[in-house]
Amino acid sequence: MAGSMKESPLHAEHLRLGGRMVDFAGWDMPVQYAGILREHEAVRTGAGVFDISHMGEVIVRGGGSGKWLNGMLTNDLDQLGDGEGQYTLLLNEAGGVIDDLIVYRLGEDELFLVVNAARVEEDVRWLRGFAVDGVEVDNCSSAFGALAIQGPSAVDLFHGITAGEVALPKRNGIVRWNDEDGEVMICRTGYTGEDGFELFCGSAATVKWFGRVLRGGGEPCGLGARDTLRLEMGFPLNGSDLSKERTPLQAGLGFFVRLEKAGGFVGRDVLAAEKEAGGFDRLAAIQMEGKGPPPRPRYGVFVGEERIGELTSGTMSPSLGLGIGLAYVPEENSKVGTDVAVEVRGRKCPAKVVKKPFLKR
Amino acid sequence: MNIPSDLKYAESHEWLAEDPDAARVGITDHAQSELSDVVYVELPEVGRRVSAKESVAVVESVKAASDIYSPAPGEIVEVNDKVEQDPSLINTDPYGEGWLFKLKMEEGTDLAGLFDGSGYESLID
Repeated sequence: MAGSMKESPLHAEHLRLGGRMVDFAGWDMPVQYAGILREHEAVRTGAGVFDISHMGEVIVRGGGSGKWLNGMLTNDLDQLGDGEGQYTLLLNEAGGVIDDLIVYRLGEDELFLVVNAARVEEDVRWLRGFAVDGVEVDNCSSAFGALAIQGPSAVDLFHGITAGEVALPKRNGIVRWNDEDGEVMICRTGYTGEDGFELFCGSAATVKWFGRVLRGGGEPCGLGARDTLRLEMGFPLNGSDLSKERTPLQAGLGFFVRLEKAGGFVGRDVLAAEKEAGGFDRLAAIQMEGKGPPPRPRYGVFVGEERIGELTSGTMSPSLGLGIGLAYVPEENSKVGTDVAVEVRGRKCPAKVVKKPFLKR
Repeated sequence: MNIPSDLKYAESHEWLAEDPDAARVGITDHAQSELSDVVYVELPEVGRRVSAKESVAVVESVKAASDIYSPAPGEIVEVNDKVEQDPSLINTDPYGEGWLFKLKMEEGTDLAGLFDGSGYESLID
């Protein structure tokens, strides 16, 4: 089993640091080191570092590739200048979500895509299936290692480890930088709600960068804290909250769907019709009332005796000390303030639909 | 791993301390370490009669919920309210302040199915 799993360039580092390893999308990755609560706290108050080498990197290049790719993704690439990025979605023709990703414009016809580990092959296959002459879809995932550094001290940490030799890009931006070991892509997004940056470097340089971040005060953080941090912000996780059975409009991601952009995109007409018809399920943010058992994925959500949906994500929020979760519910039950209940071991625990994010800043 | 020699252990990782009036029950240091940060505990009703290996409590970490089984038959005569208020006591003091409930056993209750410290140690090795 372990032999068939993929390993990050930092695998030996994770073991050395006492990481508790789990199978994540076929990768042997740390779910935690010292503990999820401590790691969560480090990101909310200082700086934490996540190994995101399992994520996929795809470069789309060639004449006309920017225009072509814009027809494959929901957000509008035409709004990006060189060195800028955006959150966007890759849909099938039924409007279902294949993947959610960040796309950076390196140049008009050179785009850098950061995609979910579990979807790399599928994304590449899907994109190539639509590719036109001159467009190349290059899966470079195995060439890259990657780190995400997140937290209020992440920016200071960045200046410390780069010795002022390179400027941090602005929010959602990307900067390409060459150090003695080759090119590093420095990006400024994140999945925690905190400020921070990502480093995409050559596989062989990943250990060096990880060491620099640790020495700079970054707390090593695993997938467990990554999940509690993103859920406090109401950020969806593909495979849990996003799927081919759900559209971005249902997921509350309409802001990243540009129905009116020139040329449209795959899945556009289905979404336009859904929006026009209305009355579709919504991914609601559900917060437990008072202390109680943590809500978990697949727990039922009720209004009175009627089961209206089930949680796609759920956890105890370390920052709030309350249970939080996401669930697709009928539109009429999705309004902020709606009283619902989450069934835990046969007991209905009171909860409310709240506004995202759960953690107000 | 801390395994006090004066306790008895179930293979499902509960410990039992024999006291004159009622036995105290909790989860082992190994169990709390495997669970990691405990964020919620659900304890049984006082007065409930339970049999050995019956699921009587739930301990939840951030990632998972785990059933806790009674190591012996008896009546639940007290539960640890402090651990309900502060579940992290299970992590910081699993054999002390992190105890879960007290079990009144019939005289002569057979505890032969439980391990002593060294037996438990080899179980988790």
